[in-house]
Amino acid sequence: MSILEIIRFAFRGLSINRLRTFLTTLGIMIGVMSVIVLIAVGNGSSKAVQQSLDRLGTNSIQVRSGGGGFGTRARSVANNTKPLTVADTVALIDPVQAPDIKQAAPVMNANATCVNGTSTSTPSTFSGSWPSYFEASNTSIAKGVYFSNDDVTQARRVAVIGNTTATELFGTDNPIGQTIRCGGIPFTIIGTTTIKGSTGFQDGDSLFLAPITAVQNSLTGYQPLSSIIVEAKSAKTTDAAQAEIQTILDARHKVKTSSSRDYRLFNQATLLATSSSSSKVFTVLLGVVAGISLLVGGIGITNIMLVTVVERTREIGIRKAIGAPKRAILSQFLIEATILSLVGGALGVIGGFVGSHFQIVGVKPVIVPSSVFLAFGVSVLIGLFFGGYPASRAASLRPIEALRYE
Amino acid sequence: MQPVIDVQGAVKRYGQGDSSIYALAGVDLTIQPGEYVAIMGPSGSGKSTLMNIMGALDNMTAGKYFLDGIEISSMNENELSIVRGRKIGFIFQSFNLIPRTTALANVELPLAYQGIKSAERRIRATKALEVVGLADRMQHEPTELSGGQQQRVAVARALATRPSLLLADEPTGALDSKSTADLLDLFDQINAAGRTVVVITHEADVSERAKRVIRMRDGKIVGDTMNSGRVA
Repeated sequence: MSILEIIRFAFRGLSINRLRTFLTTLGIMIGVMSVIVLIAVGNGSSKAVQQSLDRLGTNSIQVRSGGGGFGTRARSVANNTKPLTVADTVALIDPVQAPDIKQAAPVMNANATCVNGTSTSTPSTFSGSWPSYFEASNTSIAKGVYFSNDDVTQARRVAVIGNTTATELFGTDNPIGQTIRCGGIPFTIIGTTTIKGSTGFQDGDSLFLAPITAVQNSLTGYQPLSSIIVEAKSAKTTDAAQAEIQTILDARHKVKTSSSRDYRLFNQATLLATSSSSSKVFTVLLGVVAGISLLVGGIGITNIMLVTVVERTREIGIRKAIGAPKRAILSQFLIEATILSLVGGALGVIGGFVGSHFQIVGVKPVIVPSSVFLAFGVSVLIGLFFGGYPASRAASLRPIEALRYE
Repeated sequence: MQPVIDVQGAVKRYGQGDSSIYALAGVDLTIQPGEYVAIMGPSGSGKSTLMNIMGALDNMTAGKYFLDGIEISSMNENELSIVRGRKIGFIFQSFNLIPRTTALANVELPLAYQGIKSAERRIRATKALEVVGLADRMQHEPTELSGGQQQRVAVARALATRPSLLLADEPTGALDSKSTADLLDLFDQINAAGRTVVVITHEADVSERAKRVIRMRDGKIVGDTMNSGRVA
């Protein structure tokens, strides 16, 4: 009995009840497809975060006030924490003490709603800074001009806005030269930035940048700086630049041990590590959910094959009575189960590729090749594994009992 | 001459202890090549059990069984499947054809399980169907055939492997009288060609055609006679 013949028997067996075959296949197909698509979604979202972090600039280091953890600026007054100042910023731009730092800019954040006639917009980033901020934060101008050092010294109320803010305030009109009121203070738009895209958490184009002096004069007053943005000379010297920042600031803030630092450094590497570890968890969770649905599909195969074996008990008896060896019956049912999972798996792969072409909850899925092989391989193994029990039950039926079965 | 069937002290017991029932209570039977034997008896007499044991479908509680001189009673399932395929042709009361499968494919099936190549299989299956007079029904599925025709497909299937022994369990039980007559003629013809035929029946007109009649009751052979009307 050749294997080809047994495969033919298996196909014949499957064609008896087409609807059932289709539904069982569908179970595996959905399982495989969800594994591929969901892992692609997880992968796609981590790729998107990575891309937007890349766009922020790989050389930039952010210095924030406060000891441990995020959002500790409030402690600056209470504890011995010294605020970050413009003088700190100036100290960092020292070619002798900090040869690896290209430039640094103080950042003063504010919260303000901007109004143009009846349109309003609340930029998620509303900052005052120096012109060097643009390069340090990898922000470039699409239309118009940057504000200048002169604008900073004169505290001119000029601003550069992001695409989202421009659209919210001006629609399709050209914003350059127009005046808007932010927190009641008029600012003249002199430029718009190129589109950055979303960082996954925040719209990078919901942006308002003005000279730091103008923001301090009119909106925030002379509070401590929100942060200092530092640009290293190159991506390779980021670590060296970071060490230099620590040396300078430790001296200025009279920090004795590294654990008592009253500021924190954030660079691309730490952001990437955080985001990639969180997106890994996300991807694993999605994969587990999808894996469960694949398992359920596999149980569906067992279920159907058990029913099939019971239904065809008599036929198995006949086959045995006319000399079918145990091996032939075993392989016939095993192959039937494997065909179900193989076809389901193949359709699932196709479905996965098709499904990954669509945006899912704002994420463009990126297929992970290994997930395709994994899902397909697992689905075939599922056929063998979950088909194995019903098949061995069929094969070990005693012919006389099988023949008596009605 | 070596007997085709040699059953020695066959016992088949169902259940344990006091509640056990003997389907066969020590049966000795020898059948020589070329014989045409009918086994008769009321239901519960053990004739079907004996038949299943002779057909290697069931095992015995005690006793020995030699088929063509080979001991069957000590074989494992794999060896038994070879014996069923090569030595025995089975015919059942309910035909037992594989559903949704053409007559030709049904007849080819035991040959396929023996590993015979498809070209030769087709020739042998076609020939077997010609012998039973169904050359024009080869591509029909069981549901498209009458009972008599289905039973003849079953006979063709049993003959295709050229077995030493043709075993028929109530083969006419589900047939009308015309089909019964046709089938019995076919059996005569097969036996005349030299093949050993064993038929289980409780119909007198079937047993009349056999050369030897064995009667069973309560798991024992109670009569073994040569049919007077026929020459042994």
